[in-house]
Amino acid sequence: MSERPVIQTRGLSKAFGFLPVLRGVDVDIPRGQFVALLGANGSGKSTLLRIISGLTKPTQGQVTVGGWHIPDEAQHVRRQLGVVSHKSLVYPQLTAYENLRFAARLYALPAAETHERVLAALERVGLKRRAHQLARTFSRGMQQRLSIARALLHKPHILLLDEPHTGLDQPACATLNALLREMHADGHTLLMTTHQLEHVPLLAQRVLILARGVLAHDAAPESDPVALAQTYARVTGESIHA
Amino acid sequence: MTAASPSVAAASAPNHLGRLKALTAVTAVAFLLGLGMALAYAGTDAIQGNVQRLFYFHMGAFFGAFVAFACTVVGGVQYLRTRNVKWDTFALAGVEVGVVLSFINLATGSIWARPIWNTWWTWDPRLTSAAVMVLVYIAYLMVRSGIENRDTRHRFAAVYGILAFSSVVFTLVVIRIRPDTIHPAVIGTGAQDAQGGFAMNSSMTTTLLLNMAVWVFLLTPTLMWWRIRLQNYADRVTQRKIAYMEQG
Amino acid sequence: MTVFARAVGAIFLKDMRAEWRSRELIGVMLLFALLSVLVFSFALELDRLARREAISGVLWVTVVFASVLGLNRSVAQERENGNVDALLLAPIPRAAIFFGKFLANWLFTAVIGALLLPLMTVLYNVTLASLPVLGLLLAGTWGICVTGTLLASMTLQTRVGEALLPIALLPIALPLLLGTVRATTGILTDAPVNDWGGWVGILLGIDLFYTVVCMAFYGVVVEE
Repeated sequence: MSERPVIQTRGLSKAFGFLPVLRGVDVDIPRGQFVALLGANGSGKSTLLRIISGLTKPTQGQVTVGGWHIPDEAQHVRRQLGVVSHKSLVYPQLTAYENLRFAARLYALPAAETHERVLAALERVGLKRRAHQLARTFSRGMQQRLSIARALLHKPHILLLDEPHTGLDQPACATLNALLREMHADGHTLLMTTHQLEHVPLLAQRVLILARGVLAHDAAPESDPVALAQTYARVTGESIHA
Repeated sequence: MTAASPSVAAASAPNHLGRLKALTAVTAVAFLLGLGMALAYAGTDAIQGNVQRLFYFHMGAFFGAFVAFACTVVGGVQYLRTRNVKWDTFALAGVEVGVVLSFINLATGSIWARPIWNTWWTWDPRLTSAAVMVLVYIAYLMVRSGIENRDTRHRFAAVYGILAFSSVVFTLVVIRIRPDTIHPAVIGTGAQDAQGGFAMNSSMTTTLLLNMAVWVFLLTPTLMWWRIRLQNYADRVTQRKIAYMEQG
Repeated sequence: MTVFARAVGAIFLKDMRAEWRSRELIGVMLLFALLSVLVFSFALELDRLARREAISGVLWVTVVFASVLGLNRSVAQERENGNVDALLLAPIPRAAIFFGKFLANWLFTAVIGALLLPLMTVLYNVTLASLPVLGLLLAGTWGICVTGTLLASMTLQTRVGEALLPIALLPIALPLLLGTVRATTGILTDAPVNDWGGWVGILLGIDLFYTVVCMAFYGVVVEE
């Protein structure tokens, strides 16, 4: 069982109408790996993440998460998945505490534990003092931390992160990176898209690059962001600043 | 390369032009026969006179539209089950043909009503519901045109097409349940307030049956088939455009 | 409690709490409804008899347009921060998401309608504030909100956006409206039950059909 990849795709294709976005992607991600998924806008990296999380149906090909077929058996893996996106996925009219309590109810966490788990999750992302303030009053970085607390609340072992650094300033990025490293050290499997290459060598063990809907590069990241940027430019034909 | 999507299969399916032309010829002949019978063979109604002859087309158009809208439901259900684009094309053809037939139904009814009810239009439950039926399907076309993503458009159109059929059923049922309509029911018992009903003799019944058969079994399928063919060509053009842009 | 009921309850309570904080929906809907009723009372200078015939139309047109405002906002709130994705990722049935949102919308619309009944009773001097009319209000708004919640989830994903909801919803809701308006008029004019009872049957039948269809198809509308 431990040998089997946690996330596996075979011949995965997705077309929006006549427009192909993914054209046969094969990926294996073993348990506990931190994988960065790179690619230009429209290369299909968000789509790949959405398919793995069961939000988008593939046109062709197979996806399994934890051995279950996606999307047909998605209900068996929902509890194992935590998703963070560049959208905050929180309700601005509710307090941080209420947002997490709502999530706890959706995931059917035991009512007796909810209060403590919510507070523990808030503490972990450094928002405990602000538990009873409306999410609307939060900065972008705080909203993102709340979003991470929401994703971790039901203790998933797979984290899917779609551009989590978007809109965050330097200190907020540092906080986020520290959290992600902590999750990785705890044995979580992480799959993260980003186009801010400077974070990649600090975090990921493995770099995948999507170009024109196919997997064009699969290797350990260069330890130097500049070298990674050169690799990226070579593979995709586009330059990006590290 | 690109995985073959169902849409590719649909667009490159054999197009059976010969059969379609034959069907069209049969439909044209049968339609002319029905027209001739309605104008010359069927007896003249003693009270209403020649204007009653419109009714053969009025009924034919309604049931043609009914069948076309039912095709939309079938197409929608099948699309959601199989995700094959050909079913969406089928559903779309049903709506467009159904809307045209419904307009014929309303227009003939209106022309008939002018001498018989002394008005072109009245807000009777039956007439209102028939008008609503047309509006629902025009809304269907508007919802479709508002969605750029093809898959989304097909899914939403399928759902809306199924919901929209409630207005068709409502139009059929309201005349039986509601006693306060003035619309006559020629088949079965109608409302007590109905005005303009008439009894049919055998030449009238024959003419009605033939015309109904022509509109339901020939005219509606023929029009839908042409519409499906047109859509398949349009899809192929779109596909070639995308393939061309991909290369360039 | 089943998974379904618990999820519906959580979503419904969440909407109530969010609305209690912002009063965004109820405020807009109520103000619109008041303006609409006033505009109609100026526009239709009716004598006593004509008022009894026309007032149910005024009531229902107002309720439907107020519900369109509320439905658009309620569904848009789920899309703004991608919350609908979070709901879809949770281990709950899609129909439960739909039903929770629907229940909240229904309550808001019914509350607006229920506030209008005594108000219009005073303004038009026609006894609208009665139990049969309230019952019709609950049944009519049920069908409008059940289709409206589904259609708003669709139309907000289109290019046209909010403007498309009334165009998509009104023709679908018209059989409901026809039934409720006729039945309300029947009650107000003290017509015998036989004259308008059939409309109530049609209304309930359509409610049931729409509820089943909309719950079955919500998953199709939110998938990609």
